[in-house]
Amino acid sequence: MSIAWYLAVSAIVFSLGAVGVITRRNPLVVLLCLELMLNGANLALVAFSRMWGNGDGQILALIVMTVAACEVCIGLGMIVAIYRRRLPIDVDELRELQG
Amino acid sequence: MSAVLFFIAGFGAIAGAVGVVMLRDPFYAVLALVGHLISLAILFLLLRAEFVAAVQVVVYAGAVMVLYVFVVAYVGGSAEGARGDELRVGGPGSIGHGSVGSNLRLGGVIAGGALLIELLIALLGTGLEAIGGQGAGYSPGPRTFGTPAYIGNLLLTRFLLAFEAASFLLLIAAVGAVVLARRRGGIDDDGDMNGRVLTPLDLVRPQGTGTMAEGVGGPHQ
Repeated sequence: MSIAWYLAVSAIVFSLGAVGVITRRNPLVVLLCLELMLNGANLALVAFSRMWGNGDGQILALIVMTVAACEVCIGLGMIVAIYRRRLPIDVDELRELQG
Repeated sequence: MSAVLFFIAGFGAIAGAVGVVMLRDPFYAVLALVGHLISLAILFLLLRAEFVAAVQVVVYAGAVMVLYVFVVAYVGGSAEGARGDELRVGGPGSIGHGSVGSNLRLGGVIAGGALLIELLIALLGTGLEAIGGQGAGYSPGPRTFGTPAYIGNLLLTRFLLAFEAASFLLLIAAVGAVVLARRRGGIDDDGDMNGRVLTPLDLVRPQGTGTMAEGVGGPHQ
């Protein structure tokens, strides 16, 4: 399969993740959709890495996975903290920072 | 063979992504994401990224998704579904009006469609000749492109700084998660002792530091 097919799949996955981030209200699902966007970017990175026969893109994909793991760690910690303080688990109602 | 595998895995990846976005219950969304990640690992294998595919399955689909499942089980996964994700038509406690939700959803889908078209134009309309090809030459071998030896060599020589920075970032994230999710303390902790007597154990195990005894609600609570 040519590289263009992989790039098309990565674009579709990234867009689906963006739609999810915009429309969903549960912060857990918003985090899942962020993972989708990161994975779309990862697929594009690995596809370009294959295109040039160079490993740099794969290293960048691994670093992106690390950053995603950190983001999950902090995000889930925040969700647990929100739950413990009996606040609503809903990104529309957590508006204290919005003013 | 490669084309058949690509279409199976690509369809699985897109179906998993659609499932994450559409499913009401966060638990099923997590399961859909696991399917998506495994399909993506197959795509990585087709792109000769063996080590990245292995990491994807072991770390992402294994460890990170288990963390998600734990938190969904703890928080009570069906919160969104129970209250109805449907546009919330002016119910009590809802901010804004019912039409805001549907407008947001429509706007999100339109924005996502526009983003997709733009990305496809940007990626496929670049005019790069290599984009229509099969990629650079590849010959199987123990230290060739994408194998653990190759990735490890790159990580520990050319990308050593990025490697160390990533490890430091992981340490900071682990400490931050403990601070955020500990049982006591936080923003509204007024620091009262609730009539408790200070014991010598408090010196080695102070309140609000996220110890395992606090986590299970031991005698200090």
